Amino acid sequence: MLNWMQWLPENVSTYGGDIDSIIRTIWYLTVAWFFITIGTLAAFLILYRRRAGRRASYVKGERLREAAWVLVPVVVVVILDLWLDLLGAPVWAKVKIERPQADLSIQVTGKQFNWEVVYPGPDGRFGTADDRRLLDELHVPVGKPVRIVLKSKDVIHSFFLPNFRLKQDMVPGRAIEGWFEATKPGKYELPCAELCGFGHSGMKGWLYVHPPAEYEKWVKEQWPSA
Amino acid sequence: MSESRAGTITAEAGAHHEAPGFWRAYVFSTDHKMIAKQYLTLGLVWTLVGGLLAAVMRWQLAWPDTAVPGWGEIAPEVYNMLVTMHGTIMVFFVAMPILLGAFGNFLIPLMIGARDMAFPRLNMLSVWTFALASLVLLVSFFVPGGAASAGWTGYPPLSARPEFTGVNWGLNLWILAHALEFAAFLMGGVNYLTTAIVLRAPGMTFSRVPMIVWQQITAAALFLLSVGPLIAGAVMLLLDRTLGTAFYAPQVGGDPLLWQHLFWFFGHPEVYVILFPALGLVLEVLPVFSRKPLFGYRWIVGATVVAGALSFIVWAHHMFISGMDPRLAMPFSITTILISVPFAYIVFAMIATLWRGSIRFPTPMLFALGFLAMFIMGGLTGIFNGSAPADIYVSRTYFVVAHFHYTLFSAVVFGGFAGFYFWFPKMFGRMMSEPLGKLHFWLTLVFFNVTFFPLHHIGLAGMTRRIANPLQYDMLVPHQWINVVSTVGTFCLVAAQLVFVLNVVWSLVSGRRAPENPWEANTLEWAAPSPPPHLNWGATPPTVYCGPYEYSLPEAREDYLPQNLGPARVR
Repeated sequence: MLNWMQWLPENVSTYGGDIDSIIRTIWYLTVAWFFITIGTLAAFLILYRRRAGRRASYVKGERLREAAWVLVPVVVVVILDLWLDLLGAPVWAKVKIERPQADLSIQVTGKQFNWEVVYPGPDGRFGTADDRRLLDELHVPVGKPVRIVLKSKDVIHSFFLPNFRLKQDMVPGRAIEGWFEATKPGKYELPCAELCGFGHSGMKGWLYVHPPAEYEKWVKEQWPSA
Repeated sequence: MSESRAGTITAEAGAHHEAPGFWRAYVFSTDHKMIAKQYLTLGLVWTLVGGLLAAVMRWQLAWPDTAVPGWGEIAPEVYNMLVTMHGTIMVFFVAMPILLGAFGNFLIPLMIGARDMAFPRLNMLSVWTFALASLVLLVSFFVPGGAASAGWTGYPPLSARPEFTGVNWGLNLWILAHALEFAAFLMGGVNYLTTAIVLRAPGMTFSRVPMIVWQQITAAALFLLSVGPLIAGAVMLLLDRTLGTAFYAPQVGGDPLLWQHLFWFFGHPEVYVILFPALGLVLEVLPVFSRKPLFGYRWIVGATVVAGALSFIVWAHHMFISGMDPRLAMPFSITTILISVPFAYIVFAMIATLWRGSIRFPTPMLFALGFLAMFIMGGLTGIFNGSAPADIYVSRTYFVVAHFHYTLFSAVVFGGFAGFYFWFPKMFGRMMSEPLGKLHFWLTLVFFNVTFFPLHHIGLAGMTRRIANPLQYDMLVPHQWINVVSTVGTFCLVAAQLVFVLNVVWSLVSGRRAPENPWEANTLEWAAPSPPPHLNWGATPPTVYCGPYEYSLPEAREDYLPQNLGPARVR
């Protein structure tokens, strides 16, 4: 129960480790702060409990010298927070802003209550005759960056791959781009993470990560003529 | 000016000395203390409803698709309604009426030495508008299609077209109930600000105003300044729903994200509208039972105002993964860090107030300390959400649910109970039972943590919010026992509140008569009789000679120095 990091599902994406290390850093810091502040609180409650014949000190904490007892820990908090943001900025940029070149693009459209998945086919372009449509399942190769284009037909959905540490809302009227790269073959759950109506609970799909040869075989099955 | 006004009221009160009848005294009263009790009553009734919805939800999450005793099976659309109405009720119909409506109305005039609010009739209109809002919200449960089910945040397009949720009038009435509720608290807020500015007793300078008054008027100002954009947003939502406009419909040029910006521009200040009054209650209780001045009064006032101002530029941290431009995440991450500065200050100042005090532990103090400990926990888990990359994973999960229950539940419940136990003798003229109060505190503290602490874990394990059946997800099946623990905790938490109900009823009937100043506190309300009569003060309103937290002053005989006695008590 105590180590929160154990509760995260297995990470199988290239950037998931970076996000986990941010979460782990915050976890260590907050656990330390929790014990320091709660410990101080508890110590004060015990040390300064009412005792016969002892009067409380008349300390108003208004002057800077007194206020410093509080201001110094506040400054430490700010420095730690800014440090966390400095650590976090490149990770955020890696996941959400700088997308690597990807050979495979997949369009996923949320609708009440399914994921409509479109592969562009051998020509690499969406909206052509060789597009291949799937429902609630994605197939990707291991070790290759995959570009995803997220859309919605009706209400807001949220594309969530817990094992990849990836989450992105899908907003009707927008095409939001994202990416991921799998590090381990397997079958991973893909729930919708934004309330989208009566079928929200149970709106999910599966992401299949294949080893290279198996992926080639799957591609052959989908586009036999190519 | 305040003196002459107070004088006029006294003369008037003397001229017509007959007691007001039942209707004027209990129903259509302009007395701020009765209006406070009306807000309190409505808030407590809504707490029952909101708590009941939570208990039904928790049953469904622990034992999905089994019949809830006395309710039956929960269909998925009904579950969405429970989620939505639980959030709406707890924020707008429990936290606000109790923390602002009840405590603000009761305390502000008494603590600044006024006879009533600046606008007593507006005050009555405020509580009756809130009653009407309550009625509208209640009716919304019974219209065809049921109550709103698009989440308490009501994101369009889900909320914008009836066919997306199957709820038509329920959601329209939900918007109407909000509009009325906002009107009620705008009237209240204007009253709080005006009263605190113009009706202070002689000698009650701004640097002698008790902290809860500062917190209440900052909250009122935040509400006044932030609610406008949401009202505009709600009008557009209602028009989209009823007249077919397209403010949020992307097919014809609208944008669903517009709502999220408007909602959270209001929503984040709103969090502090609830938090500040709770902080204020705790900040009043801590010095009294530490027998020590509040640590850094002026600094805390400054921190409160700074936090309030900063709350207007952090809203998009609720929207990191919403689809807004990802380059906005870092600027909002930094403003979010800045806003932690004033709150860190206030929390550390609370702890420093205890340092070298002479601490007693009656029930109000226990709840105040419970608030402090739980709020520290909630503040720390907020860092996970405030860090944009960590938020990619934890947002939309039960980790967030755990986080905001540690902050908001601790504010409303621990802060609210601290205030309730502390001022009950003044409100009702009776002392509450200490043994029952302590039992209530320990049960609440333990079961609060049993309910909400495990939610951090299941959130990290990937359980998203607002799903009706965790067993539909293979990854959650092994963790289902956590949902069972949390649910059992919820039932015990609810059951523990029976101790409170018992205590209130017993105390009202046969509690010891409260003296004027049972806690030996300094602020002005303790100079009035318990309970204070209509218009609060006998012939002469009090005059103030010193600040509100002069405890254990070396020159004074006793370890407290009431604001109205000041020099008379100093040797």
